Amino acid sequence: MNRRSRLSRWVLAAYCVYLILPLYWLLTLALRSNADIAGVFQLVPSNPTLANFAEILSNPVWYEGFVNSLSYVLLNTLISVFAALPAAYVFSRYRFLGDRQLFFWLLTNRMAPPAVFLLPFFQLYSSIGLFDTPLAVALAHCLFTVPLSVWILEGFMSGVPTEIDDMARIDGHSFWFFFTRIFLPINRGAIGVTVFFCFMFSWVELLLARTLTGSEAKPIVVVMTRTVSASGMDWGVLAAAGIFTVLPGILVVWFVRQHLVKGFALGRV
Amino acid sequence: MTWMAWTLPTAVFFAAIASALLVLIALELKRPTLTSRGWLPMATTRGDRFFISLLGAAFIHLLWLGLTPWSVLYASGLALVWLVVIMAKG
Amino acid sequence: MAQDKAQDNRAWLGVLPVMLIVAFSGVIPLMTVVNYSVQDILDFNTRFFVGFEWYRETLTDPRFIDAFLRQLGFSAAVLAIEIPLGIVIARGMPTQGLRASLLLVLLATPLLIPWNVVGTIWQIYARSDIGLLGVTLNEMGFAFNYTAEPLHAWLTLLAMDIWHWTSLVALLVFAGLTSVPAACYQAAELDGASKWQVFRHVELPRLKGVLVIAVLLRLMDSFMIYTEPFVLTGGGPGNTTTFLSQYLATMAVGQFDLGPAAAFSVIYFLFILLFSWLFYTSVMRSEEDS
Repeated sequence: MNRRSRLSRWVLAAYCVYLILPLYWLLTLALRSNADIAGVFQLVPSNPTLANFAEILSNPVWYEGFVNSLSYVLLNTLISVFAALPAAYVFSRYRFLGDRQLFFWLLTNRMAPPAVFLLPFFQLYSSIGLFDTPLAVALAHCLFTVPLSVWILEGFMSGVPTEIDDMARIDGHSFWFFFTRIFLPINRGAIGVTVFFCFMFSWVELLLARTLTGSEAKPIVVVMTRTVSASGMDWGVLAAAGIFTVLPGILVVWFVRQHLVKGFALGRV
Repeated sequence: MTWMAWTLPTAVFFAAIASALLVLIALELKRPTLTSRGWLPMATTRGDRFFISLLGAAFIHLLWLGLTPWSVLYASGLALVWLVVIMAKG
Repeated sequence: MAQDKAQDNRAWLGVLPVMLIVAFSGVIPLMTVVNYSVQDILDFNTRFFVGFEWYRETLTDPRFIDAFLRQLGFSAAVLAIEIPLGIVIARGMPTQGLRASLLLVLLATPLLIPWNVVGTIWQIYARSDIGLLGVTLNEMGFAFNYTAEPLHAWLTLLAMDIWHWTSLVALLVFAGLTSVPAACYQAAELDGASKWQVFRHVELPRLKGVLVIAVLLRLMDSFMIYTEPFVLTGGGPGNTTTFLSQYLATMAVGQFDLGPAAAFSVIYFLFILLFSWLFYTSVMRSEEDS
């Protein structure tokens, strides 16, 4: 295929540079001390230090922030995927009363701005005593991760031929056996992509996580917005924290990259 | 439930929507609709038309409130006409 | 969703868990917002029914209208730049080999960075005292300072959004291009078609579906942007980069004005509902076509 024109290759190359430069800058700042950053402007750090990373791993405010974030993100991912699997299956296999309307209603929740739900969430979770717990944030994030999971999984599952369902029935397998031993393994790529997107959407959200937590369950994204120390902003530590939050995403995307393209091809991301 | 701050008008409003949905479900069970073409630029079912007319009614109210100083009751009248027209001919 | 599926209303059992979760975190809050929006709430025992007063106040509030227009301007600018750029980038992507994989990961990276970290990255990149971009621009003679100049703040926000989201458009278009049969390219080549003609008559018609999805996704996501400007500019200088979500969040949790904030929420949600409906209708139509 000879569709790559010279212009578009140049634009791609320029865009890659544009993508990398801010990331490179994040890395160099993370490797420099605060006094160094404020003092001189350097393209390449002259005396790199790992002190900023050590600060994050040793200061409880930082690593507890990571633990808090991870706990609600994992809870949220578990709830979303387990609730979405049966729903996506029936959406992909059956017509039923109000199916299209229901699907649309789920989708509107994926699109709804978190700011709209700010007020009632605060009141709701305060009144049932969940305020400032990871569970509150996990449930609040379900508002968009559950519909997103159904949306992604349904797209993938619709591509699996229904003959497989029929064959399992003819072979005398129970539905439960078919679903857990045959159908889910076929769709493990889809589940991988779903877990990944639930993880990321919950991991990146700031507004709800900030509003629904106080001092106990403060997540990392909130800690990062409050890094003002006595000597002003602590840029080096902030950059190091940034590096820590970027790495998991890059690692995971490498493993699911082939499925990701398919997810994009289905328009379901 | 105090934090939900219910009022009579909003309770009536939601009850009306809920019962309209129930009626639609009952109708769908009795006489399933096929999609049909009307004034709207695409084929719609009864449920689609209901959604379009509700959303349209909401925007009629918003426009009225934003652009005119008059009572919102006129907008409600207008919305009602819109609702009937879309449900019947959309 | 394909049309040749079995009709079975027992399928409702499968969607029940999802229904319950979304009803809890979606429907109850939405009803509450509507309740709040028609009352003046001093506390939950002292409240007065005010009808549509808050709606009228919000819709005629110049700060709301300004935030709304700014939001529209921002979303329009984002679409006008990211969609064409994404198409060009996607057409430059190799389809096989290690280079393709690496490019894919590089392009996907910005999508996977927490949104506040995107703000932070651009903050330390664009600041005129410590940022690579800010310092370089100042060295070159531009008095660049995004914390003081509204225009600079806007350009920085746009540059950040392009950095953050153009990949999404590019990946969608790239995935769409893989569905163009090689035979179509060969036929076009035999006819001696130019690169532009190939794009216009062979690729573009087949990209219509993914492009509609890309436009609507970017429209909706840029319409509720909150975190990145919150971190980067905080809505300033002045109110010049305060978009809808930020204004709403200030009203809701900053000043705790329940009634007006709720009316604002309902109006905001109605717009999102309209966009989602357009999105859903076009996705379903493109799936039925293919």
